[in-house]
Amino acid sequence: MTSGFWHQVRAVAHRDLLRERRRGDVLWVTIPFGALALLLVPLAIGTDAKLLREIGAGMYWVIVMLFGVLVAVGKASRETQPQQDASSLLGLDPAAGYVGRTASSLILLLAFELAVGAVAVGLYDIDLLGVGWLVLTLVVVALGLALLGTLTASIVNSTSAGTALVPLLVAPLSVPLLLGATQAYDGLRYGHTIVSWVLLMAAVVLVVAMIGVLTARPLQES
Amino acid sequence: MNPEPLISLRSVGVRVGSTQILRDVNLDVASGDVVGLFGANGAGKTTALRLMATLIRPVSGTGVVLGADLTSAERYDVRRRIGMVGHVPGIFPELTLLENLVYSARVAGVPLEHAQEALAAVGLAGAADRLAGASSHGMQRRTEFARELMIDRSILLLDEPHSALDRDAVDLVEGLIERKAAEGGAVIVVSHDRDRIEAIAQRSVELRGGTLV
Repeated sequence: MTSGFWHQVRAVAHRDLLRERRRGDVLWVTIPFGALALLLVPLAIGTDAKLLREIGAGMYWVIVMLFGVLVAVGKASRETQPQQDASSLLGLDPAAGYVGRTASSLILLLAFELAVGAVAVGLYDIDLLGVGWLVLTLVVVALGLALLGTLTASIVNSTSAGTALVPLLVAPLSVPLLLGATQAYDGLRYGHTIVSWVLLMAAVVLVVAMIGVLTARPLQES
Repeated sequence: MNPEPLISLRSVGVRVGSTQILRDVNLDVASGDVVGLFGANGAGKTTALRLMATLIRPVSGTGVVLGADLTSAERYDVRRRIGMVGHVPGIFPELTLLENLVYSARVAGVPLEHAQEALAAVGLAGAADRLAGASSHGMQRRTEFARELMIDRSILLLDEPHSALDRDAVDLVEGLIERKAAEGGAVIVVSHDRDRIEAIAQRSVELRGGTLV
């Protein structure tokens, strides 16, 4: 008897979170470096409070995109061939593996967004407008990056091109997420509707999720 | 009439990248068989094991494992019945030995209490909370054998099963091989230790230049 799809998803997500808790890569490396990157910008362009406030949200989303993809790609590509073989021979559905790895990345990315977000608010004096929409945007962006990073890692693992492919694969699909996130925040600032931007990001999430689930088995077998 | 073999390979060729690793391989393994597989370094023994585990597809010839054609999608359905212990452990170093088995049990749909029992059966009950990465190679291999004890497999593929193991663990592995064969399963053992394997195997085959002789 093989366990059900969602049971396997939970097993993989739990395994990855345990691994991350012991390694501490996100907590001790990615979050501090993300915060440092936000700190370096005022040092580079000066401490003009108005300017920093103007660019703060955009800088935050750029940092989230760059470091977020690295979190998801790095975590998902950390499985060796013997580990992948062992999981396959347990009857792990590749799609369940993809969803499970994405779920654990989502949790890590939300933690990263919140930690770096607190630094951005403090450093750049960013207004927290429309908290409900802001939370929705954070979740959609984290989900999009988790799906995209996990898919990218699967492609990289299944080809001989290696990590050189990562920027080429990530750039086209992360741009709509970055655009959606920054425009959604501007919309909240200036009182415009942001539904269309949220829908754009949701569409990207849906497309990447479908590609990821449908290609999980062919990528694993290639 | 002879029963269907659990593994049947006919003129099978396997390519990894642009390198032809196996060519014209013919092999039948029946229920109850213990087969020793020998060969020099780079002869293709590990590739042959991965082929029989359905993890790679042949580029030529035909292969059937547990009734599933190696080139069809049926092979995914039989994987759960094939156990493999490679010479590089497939466990996660950041998890404890018990957590590794619990993960395996969860994915395979085995009751979680079997993980603790399997660990005790390989003499690692006292090391359950030790990180796999901080455990010796021998302990990691024992944990992999515990996984194979926990899950009901029809075929066991063992790559150098005696390496890094102490006397007790060797006895345990040989007991597992005998039990699997007695239950009607099949065991393929890759080793450089021909004398030891020939003592427990009914027959032996050798890979030379990617071909079985």
